[in-house]
Amino acid sequence: MSIATRDTNELVIRSRGMAKNFGSVKAVQNLDLDIERGKIYGFLGPNGCGKTTSIRMLTGLLTPSEGQVDVLGMRLPEQASKLRYHIGYMTQVFSMYRDLTVRENLSFVAKIYGIHGTAQSTRIDELLQLYNLEELANHFAGLMSGGQRQRLALAAAVLHKPQLLFLDEPTSAVDPESRRDFWEKLFDLSEAGTTILVSTHYMDEAERCHALAILEHGIKRADGSPQALMEEMNAHVVELQSDNNRQVKQALISHPEVISAAQLGTRLRVLVDKTIEQPDTWLQNQLPSEDYRSLKRVRPSLEDVFVTCTGKGQG
Amino acid sequence: MNFYYRIQAIFYKELMQLKRDRMTFGMVVMIPLIQLLLFGFAINTNVRYIPVGLVDQSQTALSRILVQTVSATQVVSFKSQYATVPEAEQAIARQEVRAVLIIPEDVSQRLVRHGTVGLATPPATDEETSRPIAQWLTDGSDTMVASSIKSLRNMPLAELLSKPANRSIPTFEVTLLYNPEQRTVVNIVPGLVAVILTMTMIMFTSAAIVREREHGNLELLINTPLKSIELMLGKIIPYIFIGLIQVSLILCLGYFIFHVPLNGSLAALAAITLLFIAASLVLGLVISTIAKSQLQSMQMTVFVLLPSILLSGFMFPYEGMPKVAQSIAEALPATHFMRLIRGVVLRDVDISSMSFDLIWLAVFTVLGLMVAAFRFKKRLD
Repeated sequence: MSIATRDTNELVIRSRGMAKNFGSVKAVQNLDLDIERGKIYGFLGPNGCGKTTSIRMLTGLLTPSEGQVDVLGMRLPEQASKLRYHIGYMTQVFSMYRDLTVRENLSFVAKIYGIHGTAQSTRIDELLQLYNLEELANHFAGLMSGGQRQRLALAAAVLHKPQLLFLDEPTSAVDPESRRDFWEKLFDLSEAGTTILVSTHYMDEAERCHALAILEHGIKRADGSPQALMEEMNAHVVELQSDNNRQVKQALISHPEVISAAQLGTRLRVLVDKTIEQPDTWLQNQLPSEDYRSLKRVRPSLEDVFVTCTGKGQG
Repeated sequence: MNFYYRIQAIFYKELMQLKRDRMTFGMVVMIPLIQLLLFGFAINTNVRYIPVGLVDQSQTALSRILVQTVSATQVVSFKSQYATVPEAEQAIARQEVRAVLIIPEDVSQRLVRHGTVGLATPPATDEETSRPIAQWLTDGSDTMVASSIKSLRNMPLAELLSKPANRSIPTFEVTLLYNPEQRTVVNIVPGLVAVILTMTMIMFTSAAIVREREHGNLELLINTPLKSIELMLGKIIPYIFIGLIQVSLILCLGYFIFHVPLNGSLAALAAITLLFIAASLVLGLVISTIAKSQLQSMQMTVFVLLPSILLSGFMFPYEGMPKVAQSIAEALPATHFMRLIRGVVLRDVDISSMSFDLIWLAVFTVLGLMVAAFRFKKRLD
């Protein structure tokens, strides 16, 4: 769908040419975003790629050096204070008070948002139940596990029922099971109409998003649904089994057509440029037959997309 | 209405955190308690029993009586005797004694010719005029010790010879108001209120914003609709109560242990104290918006604290300081409060007559609050 035909009311976040410079460092460059209501949108990229800076600009915490930013129909940074009532933000570092209990933390946040009396206690009880925090209600936040803290932070971020939720690497400090549960909660929120922007450097997490942007050095390298990105990827994926993976890998990556060769146990996952029409035949021609046992084309993964649009692949 | 709720939210949070921080909570009571007892008993500008030595070159009954008479003043206490003056000088250098009394061989002759003893005018010729009967060799580096020794210069010697003293009529009559017994503690206790409040109030709030930043809580706060001024007010209000507790503690202990009276009205005391607490808390907040870490905020607190102790008039009279030091002192809230609280506690002064200090504290508070709220940006850039 092109931007022109889309109803702009549907867009919760719209940015054009958004950029942020810290001195001579260009943290984010020329970022265009169109994020639709009710979607889970991901920022995928390595540490230092501009994910947090972008989120901070979209929440009004940082003033963009250039570009135009509209969030929930409000112009930033001018209307940042008005926007705060409608957004929730879960920071990368745990930002709840460690020396307050779970209930006290939630009560504090509720009061800040002007929720008090029975409305406050009802909402807090509801959240404690929803995020499995009932038994921890009187525990100090500082003494809880990573997963429990994460649930508390999410409960606090959604306490005032924001239309738009920003999550900055929310699962970086939790185990896989907690991460799975956490995503279930996000889908529930999304189902209820909340738009979510989540930053991550985990591929499996990015794959759960409705759409995502791949960021590198502050530049958006790709944008779209994970499915579309994988289908439109600019490379073929071939997996070969070999006994001396290290040498085969060295031999392959010297070819400019080979974008990357990654070892996965006994397998070697090779990304070959799309200009090569028959990558399996091409590879067979490049390698002596005794170098590998089997060789087959496989479905691309999001990691392959990431590799092809960043670093050497991006060239 | 939301303004009120948000301030209340910060207020309760601060109280809750303070309640759980046992160490800080303990310090609220222990700082005034310990410091009051320590300073109350220890600081004494009337120096007594200074350790001194003796070089007695006359070795007569008279010289021994002279030593006893000097001892009886309680200003000095004779610790050791030296054979020669150079030996005594070395003892002073070693700080074994702070001064040495040198009694010359001809002490008896000097005494009979001395003006304070003889009733008649002593003969004064070129060779023989009335001379001091003995000499004090004093370590003058400590001016307070030196002036105590100097106070002995004109000590009456009447008892020495069982004769009435040749006392002249003083030029001036001195009447000591407010502290006729000249007890140092009377001046120290109200001053201590200013010093302790400066220390604790600035310390509490100077860490307030920095701590939130260091613990990562600031990112949570700036993402909420909380306004800067609400955060600032919510942060200082709990400590106003803490400050009042401390003041009550110091003045009550001062009254019961050191018998320092409260001559002024409680209302006046409450008014000036509240003003000073607010000014100090606000100063702490300003520091907190400048400091990048708790260590920095602590350094800045000490930077303010030292002149507040030394220049505010707590230790040394304001009037005795050079103009530049006086200007620095005027910039410190502690100086203005020092005048006000001594006025109210000791002299029952009508505070409206000290309106300059009152207005100064009020203006400082309002401006400081504005600066702190302005400096605390709800942005990260």
